[in-house]
Amino acid sequence: MNSNDSLHFQYVVSKDDFTHAGSASSDVKNKLKMMNVDAAAVRKVSIAMYEGEINMIIHAYGGTIDVDIYEDRIVMCLKDTGPGIANIEEAMQEGFSTAPADVINLGFGAGMGLPNMRNNSDEFNIESEVGVGTTVTMTVYFSS
Amino acid sequence: MKLGEIKDLLHASVLTENFDLDTDVDSAFCSDIMSNVLAYANDKSILITGLYNAQVLRTADMMGMACVVFIGRRDPDPEIIELANELEICVLLTRSSMFTTCGLLFYNGLNGGVPSELQR
Repeated sequence: MNSNDSLHFQYVVSKDDFTHAGSASSDVKNKLKMMNVDAAAVRKVSIAMYEGEINMIIHAYGGTIDVDIYEDRIVMCLKDTGPGIANIEEAMQEGFSTAPADVINLGFGAGMGLPNMRNNSDEFNIESEVGVGTTVTMTVYFSS
Repeated sequence: MKLGEIKDLLHASVLTENFDLDTDVDSAFCSDIMSNVLAYANDKSILITGLYNAQVLRTADMMGMACVVFIGRRDPDPEIIELANELEICVLLTRSSMFTTCGLLFYNGLNGGVPSELQR
């Protein structure tokens, strides 16, 4: 594969679909393992994408995840359709959460999602506009 | 410690089909907050939890964990066990309390799967 060529996959994530939450991340994880990507990178991708997928389900109105796998890296672009984040700096702090009680009872909403995503990415970018949506782009590089 | 030893120490039932007694684990992580598992556990840990839902299995899968130990007086729903079988994660069920479960495993040599910087 040329370094600029990629394998592209798109996943649709539906709001409140907790039953299938994580299935997209599982699929990407399995693809990377089949491609013999190093275990450390697979782990980072799995955690970062799973947290993002969960966030789209519990906080957003759903959206899409576009995944591009290159020879040396993976780029995950998670784009939701709202409601958007008013204060990104606050949302990036560990422990900050706006999750309702029912989400916390499911084991999430502890305010670790975005920090976990950032900590498991080599490159991390978040853009958000209230009433429009949030786009998170994460890149993880593979060990050669 | 082998999974078989953990099963015996906890008098646990095996709920999944893919139970390998000889699987080695080096630590355990106990939490009902999956984001904490994703942030702090290591992949050679088993996960001990009182939370029964599919996301527990998904979380263990993302972490590459071999085993989930459910604590409780009721059985998990069949859908959860079906997912565990699909993901090839061993599920144990013990009637012991969370405190007793962790105490027994720690006393018998299993360490906490927490990075050293968090143990200060």
